[in-house]
Amino acid sequence: MPHVPSPDPLLASDPLPGTPHEAEPRRRDFLFLATGAFGVVGTIAALVPLFAQLTPDASTIAAGGPIDIDLKGIQPGQMIIARWRSRPIFIIRRTPSLLKTLQSPELVALLSDPFSRVNQQPDYAANWHRSIKPDYGVLVGICTHLGCIPEFFPNPSATTPTGDWLGGYFCPCHGSKYDLAGRVFRGVPAPYNLPVPPYRFVSDTMLRIGENPEGSTYDLDDIVQL
Amino acid sequence: MSGQPIYVPKSGLAKWFETRLPLFGFLHHSFVAIPNPRNLNYWWTFGGILAFMLGFQIATGVVLAMHYTPDSKLAFLSVEHIMRDVNYGWLLRYAHANGASMFFAVVYIHMLRGLYYGSYKAPREVLWILGVIIYLLMMATGFLGYTLPWGQMSFWGATVITSLFGAIPLVGSTITTWLWGGYAVDNATLNRFYALHYLLPFMILGVVFLHIWALHVVGSNNPLGVEKKTEKDTLPFHPYFTAKDGFALVVFLIVFAWFVFYIPSYLGDADNYIQANPLQTPAEIVPEWYYLPYYAILRSIPSKILGVTALFSAILLFAFLPWLDRSPVRSASFRPLYRIFFWLFVATVVGLGYIGANRPEGAYVIAGRILTICYFSFFLIVLPLLPLIEKTKPLPASIADAVLGRPARPSLNPGHSSASEVR
Repeated sequence: MPHVPSPDPLLASDPLPGTPHEAEPRRRDFLFLATGAFGVVGTIAALVPLFAQLTPDASTIAAGGPIDIDLKGIQPGQMIIARWRSRPIFIIRRTPSLLKTLQSPELVALLSDPFSRVNQQPDYAANWHRSIKPDYGVLVGICTHLGCIPEFFPNPSATTPTGDWLGGYFCPCHGSKYDLAGRVFRGVPAPYNLPVPPYRFVSDTMLRIGENPEGSTYDLDDIVQL
Repeated sequence: MSGQPIYVPKSGLAKWFETRLPLFGFLHHSFVAIPNPRNLNYWWTFGGILAFMLGFQIATGVVLAMHYTPDSKLAFLSVEHIMRDVNYGWLLRYAHANGASMFFAVVYIHMLRGLYYGSYKAPREVLWILGVIIYLLMMATGFLGYTLPWGQMSFWGATVITSLFGAIPLVGSTITTWLWGGYAVDNATLNRFYALHYLLPFMILGVVFLHIWALHVVGSNNPLGVEKKTEKDTLPFHPYFTAKDGFALVVFLIVFAWFVFYIPSYLGDADNYIQANPLQTPAEIVPEWYYLPYYAILRSIPSKILGVTALFSAILLFAFLPWLDRSPVRSASFRPLYRIFFWLFVATVVGLGYIGANRPEGAYVIAGRILTICYFSFFLIVLPLLPLIEKTKPLPASIADAVLGRPARPSLNPGHSSASEVR
């Protein structure tokens, strides 16, 4: 702000007495900058709560604790859907014949990531059946394409849901296909295998979702994409 | 010092835009260049604070709406959820609730400033009436918001206020049923009150726009009540009044922060932390402090229809001020008698507020009736008749003369300062 001497006695009181008339920086410049800086800091501080309230609140986080699933009621070949942290969790009890299909070279050749190289599961599920025990598969039932819930079609079929179906999950939204270990097929929109949540067996018939076996620190936040 | 009086776009893009929508020129004219009377004192900074508070209440309110549940079974719990679970929820809710009180405190100062300096007089009648409309909308919004936590005071306040409309002859019970959406205040009432509490602030925003527009047409009044005549009487809005308004806002925020962080429940009522019980009225039922004077007027009159009429008249009289006050002199600085009556009026309103907060028993009833008469007398007797007996002081020839220390021009008629100088 260039200083223009003013004939007006009110305006002429600037600069203050004792200050050289054209001295730079002037006291007013300092006050202007200090006020502006303080205003910016204060505005940012005021915005913190407005954005912090958007993050999950304490009750939501508390409700995200581990849940226990009793496996006794699940018959071989059946799947149940549990809800953990608002998400569908697929728990499937796989029969020996289904497990055999998972290992068949015919199927493996069609998969995008058959050996679970992409980090979509904990170390303890980075195997051909993508689970702790081969009999039980535990998956987050959210398609890695755009978040729909894939449908369960365990049996091979020539027509349903698509031609030459080998058994697995089929996403009704955009046609993504997964096998019964959640491994994604090639040539579908979904990029990654279905994620595996942290879980462990409390006993032979009791599953706890949300807790790792001893020694693992796996978290769903660690995976490439939910 | 003050920058260009007219906005001149510098870059090519700014020129291209300005010829298609002169937005920045409009903003520059309205908030940078506009000449204001140079003698505005700190009582003129409350309009800016009010604009800030409207934005503040909308911002915190939208955020609270993200966590609140307008259901009679869940509303109270969702407010506790905001207080305990939501990140900074305690801060946002306390800021919003105390913000309402601050908003009213500031609007009352703003209104009293207008009353003291005669800001409602010609040519500012429309500006003033728009302000009264904003005040009415604020009262409705504040009342609706107070019902949302669904505590005992929320519920019974809603019951009492909606029942006021039942006093209207012929259509009263129909209006009350419309407000309730049922046989009494219940879930349907809460739902519509929530919707309206969200809507009204944006209507206020619209009227505020008109209020500022009207202000920029007729210009600010000033402590002398003498119109600005030449450029010497004025200073540009920026930096003089932006700095003054900004400083006042900071001081106000310190007071506001003191309430929010140190005494957040001081202005509230403990009974509102008890969930609404439609089968039990609290022992003492009082509205929020900013309605207390009107509440005292309502209770002073032992008749339902007359009490309600007095309540609404007490508010609506403000809209008629430009025609009730017959004095040609605006500022109380030149009206020695009016100044006394002004402060008596302030004391009356404060007294009514005190009475409104107490049980209507014994001396409170009598005092309430006396002060109610005083309240209406100010509008209906003092303002129209005072100019007949009041000898006003001589007005300065111009703002610059008064501010820059030149002697006031001797008035030809010392008894009645010439009205032509005011207009």
